[in-house]
Amino acid sequence: MSRKAWTSLALHAALVSGAVVTLAPLLWMLSASFMTTGEANAAPPPLLPGRATLAQYRELFVRLDLGRSFVNSSILALCAALLSVVVNAAAGYAFAKLRFPGRGRLFAGLLAAMVIPGQVAMLPVFLLLRSVGLVNSFAGVILPGVASIFGIFLVRQFASSVPDELLDAARIDGAGELRIFWSIVLPLCRPILVTLGVLTFLGTWNDFMWPLIVLTDDAKWTLTVSLASLAGEHVQDTELMMAGAVVTVLPALLLFLFLQRSYIDGITAGSIKE
Amino acid sequence: MRRLSSWRAREARAGLLLVAPGLLLLALFLALPVVAALLLSLTDFDLYAIGDPSAARAVGLGNYARLLHDPVFWKALGNTFFFVVFGGPLTVSLSLGAALLLNHRLVRFPGLFRTIYFAPVVTTLVAVAAVWRYLYHPRFGLLNAALGFFGIGPVDWLGDPHWAMPAIVLMAAWKNFGANMIIFVAGLKAIPESLYEAARIDGAGPIQRFRKITVPLLAPTFLFVGLTTTIGYFQLFAEPYVLSGGEGGPMNATLSVALFMYKQGFRWWSIGSAASIAFVLFAVILAATLLQRRLQKGGEA
Repeated sequence: MSRKAWTSLALHAALVSGAVVTLAPLLWMLSASFMTTGEANAAPPPLLPGRATLAQYRELFVRLDLGRSFVNSSILALCAALLSVVVNAAAGYAFAKLRFPGRGRLFAGLLAAMVIPGQVAMLPVFLLLRSVGLVNSFAGVILPGVASIFGIFLVRQFASSVPDELLDAARIDGAGELRIFWSIVLPLCRPILVTLGVLTFLGTWNDFMWPLIVLTDDAKWTLTVSLASLAGEHVQDTELMMAGAVVTVLPALLLFLFLQRSYIDGITAGSIKE
Repeated sequence: MRRLSSWRAREARAGLLLVAPGLLLLALFLALPVVAALLLSLTDFDLYAIGDPSAARAVGLGNYARLLHDPVFWKALGNTFFFVVFGGPLTVSLSLGAALLLNHRLVRFPGLFRTIYFAPVVTTLVAVAAVWRYLYHPRFGLLNAALGFFGIGPVDWLGDPHWAMPAIVLMAAWKNFGANMIIFVAGLKAIPESLYEAARIDGAGPIQRFRKITVPLLAPTFLFVGLTTTIGYFQLFAEPYVLSGGEGGPMNATLSVALFMYKQGFRWWSIGSAASIAFVLFAVILAATLLQRRLQKGGEA
C-alpha cells in the first residue's frame, strides 16, 4: 500500500471511531426506549431490546400525558421563532440601511451589552413578570427572549449587502419605507431569517432554566421541565426515561437534519462578527 | 432638494419605528433588569419583600461581604473554575482535532461525518443528561461495561464526589465540541490552498506546514472559540443540575456558581444575595473577555 493509502486508512479509522463514540449515547437511548420495563437494568447492559415494544411510549402519552408538554413546547418554540424573526429583522435592517438619529451610539451600546451574561437579568425579569401577572404564562416564557442582540447582529450583517440602488429605486417609484421593508427587504433576507428562526426555535425547544423558573403549573410545562420532573420520580425506570428523551430530542434532531445548512451558517456567522 | 430632505425625514422616522420594538424589549428585559439587579444586590430583598417591596432594606456591600465568608460560594467558584480549566481545553482540543480530520484532502463523505459530530449540539440537554445518567450507572452503565472490557474496575461516576466533576465535564464536552468544530472548519477553509502549495514546493513537511501556516492563520478563530467556550463553562447550569438531581451533587461536589445563584434566588428566595452572586459571575466573565481581547490585540500587533 502506498503512503497515501495508509494515511487515508488511518484518517478514516479515526473518523469512524469518533463517529461511533459520538453516536453511542443517542443510539443506546433509542434502543433502550424500545425495551420492556427493567430490561436495561442488567449487567452487562443489553445493546438491543430482546423484543422491541412501544410500551414505554404508550405509558408516556397515555398515562403520563407527555403529549400536552409536547404541544406546549411546540407552541412556545414556534411563537418565539416567529416573533424573534420579525422583531430582529426590523431592527437589523434599520441598523444596516436606514439613517436615523442616534444609530451609531445605539448600536455601540448593543455591542457592549453582549458581554452581559443572561443570569444577571434573570431575577429582576422574574420580579417584573410577577408584578404584571405573567408568571406561569407562555408570554412570560417567550417575551424576555424575543429581542436578541445576536439576532439583530445577524440580520444587520446580511442586510448590509442589499444594494442601496434597489431601495432608492423603490423610493422613487413612491413606495413607503415600511412597504420597502416588507416587500423587498424581507424576501431578500430570507436565508438569514430562516437561520434565525431555526436557531430560536431550537433554543426555545431545548431551553430548561427559564421555563423551569416561570412555569409553575404542570399543565403548562414544556417537555424539558416535564422530563426533568419525570427523572426525579422515575429514576429507576430507565426504559421509560429513554423514551421520554427520544420524544424530546428527535424533533430537534430532525429539524436540524432538514435545515442543516441554515443552522450551521448561523453558528459560523456568529464567529466572524468582530 | 425639498424632495430629498423629506425622503431623509421619512427614512429617519421609519428607522426609529423599526428599531423601536427590539430596543424597547431589550430595555425592558435587559438594560432595566441589569440596573435593578445591581440595586437588588445591595439589599436584603427576600421572600417577604416579594409581597411587600418596602420590607427590603439596604445593606450596602453586605451581600458581597457575606459571600466572601461563605464556604459554599467558594466551593461553587472552585468547581466553576474546574469546569473552565478542564472542560475548556478538552472541548477545544476535541473540536480542533475533529475539524483537522474533517478538513483533510483525503476524507470521503466529510459532510456525513460533520453531521454526526454536530448532532449532540442540537440535542436537548435535559434529555441527553438523562441518557448519560444511565451511561454513568455504576452497575448497569454502558461506560463501566466498556471500561470493564479493558479490565478497569467499576467507577461510581456520579455518586463519588471525585468522579462527579469529570463526569460532568465529559458529558459537556461531548455535547458541545461539534459547535466549535464547525467554526474551526470554517476557519480552516478560509486559509488559501495556495499557501500550502507554495510551502510544499519549498519543501516544507506536513508538521512544518501546520506550524507555519495553519497555527498562525487559525489563531483568531482559536481565540474566539476559546472565549465562547470559557464563557459557556463559567455559566454552566443545566449539566450539573440534571446530572445531580437539581442539587449540585454529593456535598455540593458539583455545585456551579450559576446553580448556586439559582438555588439562592429561586429556591430560597434570597434575591438580594442571589443578585450579588450574579454580579460576581459577571465580573469574572468580563475579566476573561477583556483578557481575551488583549491577547487578540497582542496577536495582531
